[in-house]
Amino acid sequence: MSEIKLNMPFDKSELKKLRAGDNVLLSGEMFVFRDAGHKRLFASIEAGKPDIDFVGETVYFMGPCPAQKGQIMGSCGPTTSCRMDKYTPYMFDHGLCAQVGKGKRSAECVEAFKRNGGVYFAAIGGAGALYSKCVTDVKEICYPDLGTEAIRRITVEDFPVVVAIDSLGGSVYGE
Amino acid sequence: MTNIDVNLISEGIKKAIDKISCEVEPSCAEAISQARDAEKNATTRFALDVMCKNIEYAKSAHLPVCQDTGMVVVFLRIGQDVNLTGGFLDDAINGTVREAFAPLRKSVLDPVSRVNTKDNTPAVIHTQIVKGDTVQAEIMLKGFGSENMSALYMLNPAQGLETAKDLIVDTVRKAASNPCPPVIIGVGLGGTFEKCAEMSKHALFRQIGSENPDPVLNSLEQELLDRINSLGIGAQGFGGATTALGVFIESYPTHISSLPVAVNVLCHCSRAAKFTVDKGGLRYE
Repeated sequence: MSEIKLNMPFDKSELKKLRAGDNVLLSGEMFVFRDAGHKRLFASIEAGKPDIDFVGETVYFMGPCPAQKGQIMGSCGPTTSCRMDKYTPYMFDHGLCAQVGKGKRSAECVEAFKRNGGVYFAAIGGAGALYSKCVTDVKEICYPDLGTEAIRRITVEDFPVVVAIDSLGGSVYGE
Repeated sequence: MTNIDVNLISEGIKKAIDKISCEVEPSCAEAISQARDAEKNATTRFALDVMCKNIEYAKSAHLPVCQDTGMVVVFLRIGQDVNLTGGFLDDAINGTVREAFAPLRKSVLDPVSRVNTKDNTPAVIHTQIVKGDTVQAEIMLKGFGSENMSALYMLNPAQGLETAKDLIVDTVRKAASNPCPPVIIGVGLGGTFEKCAEMSKHALFRQIGSENPDPVLNSLEQELLDRINSLGIGAQGFGGATTALGVFIESYPTHISSLPVAVNVLCHCSRAAKFTVDKGGLRYE
């Protein structure tokens, strides 16, 4: 199967060309955080001082294993995205370009992808060891007390994903 | 009485965690490889291929196969002629979990404060007293993407086995792509509320492809596996032929008023091991 190579931050016109089921290799930088990171980020948004600027960015739902000897990043596969559904429409309406995770999303999320030309990529759940090989840099951004759930920024090279929900609402999950 | 040092049990658990965090249970790894070879949907085949490569790489490089190294679940069958020495059993197990998880993800926290225990303790420890003078241990690293998709139903007798079967299939249908399919399904039938849930977890220690010694339950397992695979969810929910690798049932007599049904969902990365401690020492299966 042929793979499309894309760089992050994304060129939105490139995102619009993607269709559900496309295989993509991602390179570049993205934010990484999951449940507790979203909860705290939204508290900062509500307080009027967002802790990160996510305009034009991609968020990967992931909480890594500690790096083992010789690794930059430990095992780092996706976590279940639907737990972040309640935060997702706001983030796309305020400039987020894409998310990477695993599993179906709510109808509200699909509408937000369509409204904003956003894309949802599925990484392969469970493939944590393999994904660690694609990470070339890691920066701690905020909330270090959350441990694995802190906000990080990673640089990846040829990180394999599938377009799960495209900017027209087409989905690899059927229905 | 046979003296068995609890530190020998915790040593067995430590070695098991070091191994299974990086190595998918062999019958499960083989079943995923077969599912890849049989898959016709190109996207799903790609996903299965990534899973196979990940399993091989994690094993050869000794890296955690999945970043969710789970919560530790231990089942111990302790012979009633065993005298446990060397300290308190639960402390020995949690001490070894603390040590074994130093390089692994700490995923355990207080449910109310959400403050992490920072060492992945405590383990969930099930003990049962059995005949004999050995300790048989089964240990699993249970990820929660799949645990969250599990369910328990207290049915009326009038609803019967047909409703139970429908609900088991429906639990997998609703879980869809979330639990990292192809999944393994543990089912508890009967008992009480908690006994039913415990059986559904213990059933997940069965090897893929193994038969249930009870012919009625064995045919029920086959029927459920066929129905689940005909859902077409496929690996990662991308559609395809293999949604589950196995359905395993344990049953226990229940009350005239009820039919408890528990469905415990396991992802495609089964991380489980068994060992026995007797007077000769530690033996792995």
